[in-house]
Amino acid sequence: MYDFSIILASVINGTMTGAVYALVALGLTLIYGVLHIINFAHGSMLMVAMYAAFFLFAAGGIDPYVALPLVAALAFAFGYALQRSVISKTSHGRDEIILLVTLGISIVIENAALFFFTSNERLVTLPYDIEGIDLGVTFLVVPQLAAFGASLVITFLLWLFMARTDTGKAIRAVAKERLGARLVGINVDHIFAISFGIGTACVGAAACLLVPTFPVTPQIGYVFVLIAFTVVVLGGMGSFVGALIGGLIIGIAESVGGLFFGETLGKISISLIFILVLLFRPTGLFGQRLR
Amino acid sequence: MTGTMGWRIFWLVLGALAIVAPWIITSGFWINFLILTLFLAFLGQGWNIMGGYGGQFSFGHAVFFGTGAYIQAILQSKFGWNPWLTLWFAMAGGVLVAAFIGYLSFRYGLRGSYFALITLAFAEAFRVLATAAEGVTEGGKGILIALNQDPERSFAMMQFATGTGYYYFILILTVLSLVVVWAMERSRFGAQLVAVRENEDAAEAIGVNAFRVKMGAICLSGAMTALGGVFYVQKFLLMDPNIAYGPTKSVEALVVPIIGGMGTVFGPLLGSAFLHTMGEITKEATQFFWQDRPGLDLIFYGVILVLVLAFLPNGLVGLIKGQWRGRRQGRAAERKKAVA
Amino acid sequence: MLEATDIIKRFGGLVAVSDASLTVPEGRIVSLIGPNGAGKTTLFAVISGFLKPDAGRITFAGTDVTGMRPHEVCRLGLVRTFQVVQPFANLTVRENIAAGAHNRIRGRAEALDHAGEVGKRLGMGGMLDQPAGALTVAGRKRLELSRALATGPKLLLLDEVMAGLNATEITEIVEVIRGIRDTGITILLIEHVMQAVMSLSDYTYVLNNGAIISRGAPREVAADPQVVEAYLGHGASERIAAGGAGA
Repeated sequence: MYDFSIILASVINGTMTGAVYALVALGLTLIYGVLHIINFAHGSMLMVAMYAAFFLFAAGGIDPYVALPLVAALAFAFGYALQRSVISKTSHGRDEIILLVTLGISIVIENAALFFFTSNERLVTLPYDIEGIDLGVTFLVVPQLAAFGASLVITFLLWLFMARTDTGKAIRAVAKERLGARLVGINVDHIFAISFGIGTACVGAAACLLVPTFPVTPQIGYVFVLIAFTVVVLGGMGSFVGALIGGLIIGIAESVGGLFFGETLGKISISLIFILVLLFRPTGLFGQRLR
Repeated sequence: MTGTMGWRIFWLVLGALAIVAPWIITSGFWINFLILTLFLAFLGQGWNIMGGYGGQFSFGHAVFFGTGAYIQAILQSKFGWNPWLTLWFAMAGGVLVAAFIGYLSFRYGLRGSYFALITLAFAEAFRVLATAAEGVTEGGKGILIALNQDPERSFAMMQFATGTGYYYFILILTVLSLVVVWAMERSRFGAQLVAVRENEDAAEAIGVNAFRVKMGAICLSGAMTALGGVFYVQKFLLMDPNIAYGPTKSVEALVVPIIGGMGTVFGPLLGSAFLHTMGEITKEATQFFWQDRPGLDLIFYGVILVLVLAFLPNGLVGLIKGQWRGRRQGRAAERKKAVA
Repeated sequence: MLEATDIIKRFGGLVAVSDASLTVPEGRIVSLIGPNGAGKTTLFAVISGFLKPDAGRITFAGTDVTGMRPHEVCRLGLVRTFQVVQPFANLTVRENIAAGAHNRIRGRAEALDHAGEVGKRLGMGGMLDQPAGALTVAGRKRLELSRALATGPKLLLLDEVMAGLNATEITEIVEVIRGIRDTGITILLIEHVMQAVMSLSDYTYVLNNGAIISRGAPREVAADPQVVEAYLGHGASERIAAGGAGA
């Protein structure tokens, strides 16, 4: 029915987007793995970071790829402060209460964006965004390649950080055994905030990679938070590898689903995967704690 | 809560005011304000049955609202059925969707955040379906209900020329919802539902069929929320995928009972009244600086939600009850002193 | 009244209960003892329907209840309590007990009345309108017992109702349990407090590593060398027999 090369092209395009989904989901899964918080505000933070990248470009003329370290650093600071000032104070009790707190935060962030930036779509148009490489079956433009490459590099760097640095080791210790970590003198509250900060920095980086292809609106966070949840649930809550593979799977599923069912109905594949995984394999593909 | 004389008088006065309100308030704006307050209280009550009494937090209650609304809109506009007839189909549709989601979730033992997330996913799946199924739903464009031109037939067509008609319509629905929940609270079903919320295993051990009780709650909740969709369609004569299944209705349905007081009869009404009043005040107060910029009232909703979750686990009802109880205890202590 | 035959329950590779059988005759108090991790609570969970056995058969009052759900078993009259008590913390004591009473009683008012009676019978008369979350450990244990009793059981499975209580409270609850038995309700209990086991039970089973290693009247069982070894370690009974373990 479909030419193989069209499907292959669709898979390749999906892989490119999937890498960014993986990066967004990585932040979510890190926060879950360490704090056991399902952060509903993750998408809104991505949206805010996308606005930051947009305005740096529109007003300051800074290329989003250049701005990436700056936006990620700002996002880290924002995440760190949010955890220390609001979430740690309110996140007591049942996990669905904490989920509601982050929902409340996302409502505030989203509507603040609506209030200040209005619902107009904004897109960064790079001068070189039609350049790229021809793979024969499909043509990949620079924003796609950059998003794919940078996402993988950042994921690798984060893995190195977790494996090699003292802070990374402390984060893993807290994720595994928070009481034990406290007993050996790790400042758990600080580690919580650091983890939340890193999780937010992931969306900060992802935002810079997304602005050249995705128009920013205040509602875009909702779209991405659903995708990120699906990736994380599919990969297994708290699993790094799971987030990476889950992200690629979802990217491909969305792209191929769009090919078969059309642009509108294709989006249903994400919700369907989400529902099926929750029902039949709630631990996901790699359902283990962060290591 | 209605136990004391003072409260009884309070509710009587409030009830009387509610009935005569359209004669006192002639401004269309304020009648509309009351209609929306009651509508949100009604939606919130639907969520409250499942979330407040049953402890099953749904993040996607729009799935029931939208289903009821779409059935009401489609059967009227495409088949020309009378709205009073389609209403029953809309509620049945809400129950059906609720039973489907409930059966899957509860059979596979989804609890807590996982249940919240799966309801969200269902709402999103329905939104995509409603957008894609253009032959039935008109897709993203939405369905318009023909305006009734004949004033004689306004009741028959469930369309009212003035706000007063809609006001009484939603007032009756809201009062009915209060009665239903009030009766539920005093029934075996209600007691078992609360037991499941508090501790599912312990409830099972003392003879509660947790699965059946949760199914009952989600179906009742689905029916009520679908009825909310019916009202919305009749009031605004329009339905599209984002109104029906978008996140707004899901969020409103849960914010109102949480702020008012989960698992209480009057929590949703109180929460809705508080939020709408404060939202209106915020808007008025900032009118001078920013003319009707959207978003401000919702920022306020979010802040209140976080504050209530942090400081008032039983919402505004808890706050009032606490003060009331404190006062009564204070009086009892005084009496004791007087005796001694 | 209750007959569990050749029950096996595995968790992955670990065998928690292996080939355990026990019988509880009507109107008696039977106890199930054994060292920590012996599988007592697992066996309770299997009998009360919280876990499905991998093999074996459970009959209760002539009905095969193997694999039934807890609420079905409860409806037949077999009710368990939990070792870690599980009160409905946001409800009052009366409402807690009434939730149990609803097992047999449909009407809310009747259930609440019955709850009051049961509560008073178990010495909770003064606490009926307190929130369950505010109770002391002893109060919670009584509440757990009251709630189970309010369901109108024929057989009560009591999982360590005395753990965490002081000597006076234990004496009180022993009397309460005896009182329950005297109303015709059969009791199977897991207990670590030996003096209570001795004074209460008519018959005792000892579980170790998932298997029944001894059974009989409490005094006989306590003297069984196998039981002593299970509790004190291998060779202990020989050492005791050889002259008081170096005393």
